[in-house]
Amino acid sequence: MNWDWQVFLQDTGGGQTYLDWMLSAWGWTLSVAFLALLIAFAFGALVGTIRTLPNDRLSARLMIGFGHAWVEIFRNVPLLVQVFIWYHVIPALVPAFKGLPGFVLVVAALGLFTSARIAEQVRAGIQSLPRGQRQAAMAIGMSTVQTYRLVILPMAFRIIIPPLTSESMNIIKNSSVAFAVSVAELTLFALQAQEETSRGIEVYLAVTSLYMVSAFAVNRLMAMVERRVRVPGLIVAGQSGGH
Amino acid sequence: MKKRIVALMLGAAAVGLSATAQADTLAKIKSSGSVTMGVRESSGALSYTLGDGKFAGFHVEICERVLADVQKQLGLAKLPIKYQPVTSQNRIPLVQNGTVDIECGSTTNNATRQKDVSFAVTTYVEEVRIAAKANSGITSINQLNGKKVATTTGTTSVQHLRKHERATGVNFEEVFGKDHADSFLLLESGRADAFVMDGSILAGNIANAKNPNDFRIVGEVLSVEPIAIMMRKDDPAFKKAVDESIIKMMKDGSLAKLWNKWFESPIPPRNVKVGLALSDSTKAAWANPNDRPMEDYAKK
Repeated sequence: MNWDWQVFLQDTGGGQTYLDWMLSAWGWTLSVAFLALLIAFAFGALVGTIRTLPNDRLSARLMIGFGHAWVEIFRNVPLLVQVFIWYHVIPALVPAFKGLPGFVLVVAALGLFTSARIAEQVRAGIQSLPRGQRQAAMAIGMSTVQTYRLVILPMAFRIIIPPLTSESMNIIKNSSVAFAVSVAELTLFALQAQEETSRGIEVYLAVTSLYMVSAFAVNRLMAMVERRVRVPGLIVAGQSGGH
Repeated sequence: MKKRIVALMLGAAAVGLSATAQADTLAKIKSSGSVTMGVRESSGALSYTLGDGKFAGFHVEICERVLADVQKQLGLAKLPIKYQPVTSQNRIPLVQNGTVDIECGSTTNNATRQKDVSFAVTTYVEEVRIAAKANSGITSINQLNGKKVATTTGTTSVQHLRKHERATGVNFEEVFGKDHADSFLLLESGRADAFVMDGSILAGNIANAKNPNDFRIVGEVLSVEPIAIMMRKDDPAFKKAVDESIIKMMKDGSLAKLWNKWFESPIPPRNVKVGLALSDSTKAAWANPNDRPMEDYAKK
């Protein structure tokens, strides 16, 4: 087997090299992943919190039901199917979506899919806290919003940093589904460039390492966040036992 | 946790994949008593699946006849054929490593590939064309300025378009479908204004559309590509057997009959006609059997 890494310096026919194209594809991958992650965090935190509300009122029960539905819908439909629904089905039903580029739709699909998973992690984090914390907050007269904002969520989010790290790394890899709706990201680049150049192994090795570098960078970033926000004496990274 | 050792292991395992498995395919067929044909799931009428592990198409039937001749030549009482579906990504490695003995799909014979594999004489010459909606008014490549042009990920058609784009200043946006059906859906749903692909694939997709009359193949031929049956490199005995069998079919008219059967008559599973007349370039390839790569066609 002969390596031919100069393939990346070849012209694609459009006045740029395959290296230029790959770097731009990397940019698309990171953009899809980052924007989808923002959506996923926002909706995931919201829905996960809603699912743990005390169900003492009808309005709260309706919101909890909405949270259940959200998680089950987005978690039970395969990601690629969701992407196609956003890209092919919804624009056919709602004409306003026709003008939206595939990029926006795939960010929405990936973001909402991941939000269901993050919601479950947020719920797990909240429910892992001793019941006494919520009760103590209510006993000193905090409202539900204050209880969550000042007592429960700051603890819960620290607990779930490790699974959130996995989720943030996953979203980079999952962003490869964007190729199916014509976003020129790394997977699409790999499929296209290996065919045009017939140097599949070089192309796939390069693309794989870019995915690894990106996911690993996210991993290190989250590890730093984990260290920074640690509350001494409560949750100590690298040791067993929580609160 | 004070010592933090970040071990960055980028093990680029340079495993020297020794590619050539067995260069003597005839001996391999004789000793194993079977042969493996590489086929495609969906390459128009050239090679496609009927479901249930059954495969059919123009190239598949040519190969079945070629292998019948090979069986006679080797004096085998029977020669079971194993069908191995391949994709455009794995077909060349699978031929090289011996998983597939003869690939009967829709592989373009070009100079880069000839470094890795060898091709039988060209049996089909593909013309890259443009499909558009009949009412779109698009009749030429120069009208694609500012339009969205669909093509399928992992095909070379768009390369020609890119070169043309640069040469003439026509500016268009590439939209990639993940397979041909998906690209056609982009055209059908209006997400793309044109679909640039091999003529036979366009014809096949249009024939299978809900309203075939809504679509038209328009404009000039963007490029010409010889499509051929693919075999391992450096195996002159097998190539000779395959070539001779195909040339015999070209001369006695049975290849023309096969063309009529697969491209101009209703074919399974839906009994729809592809409706693709034998092109002049394909006729020329049959009149002068050759295995010249695509680059030689461009020079003319």
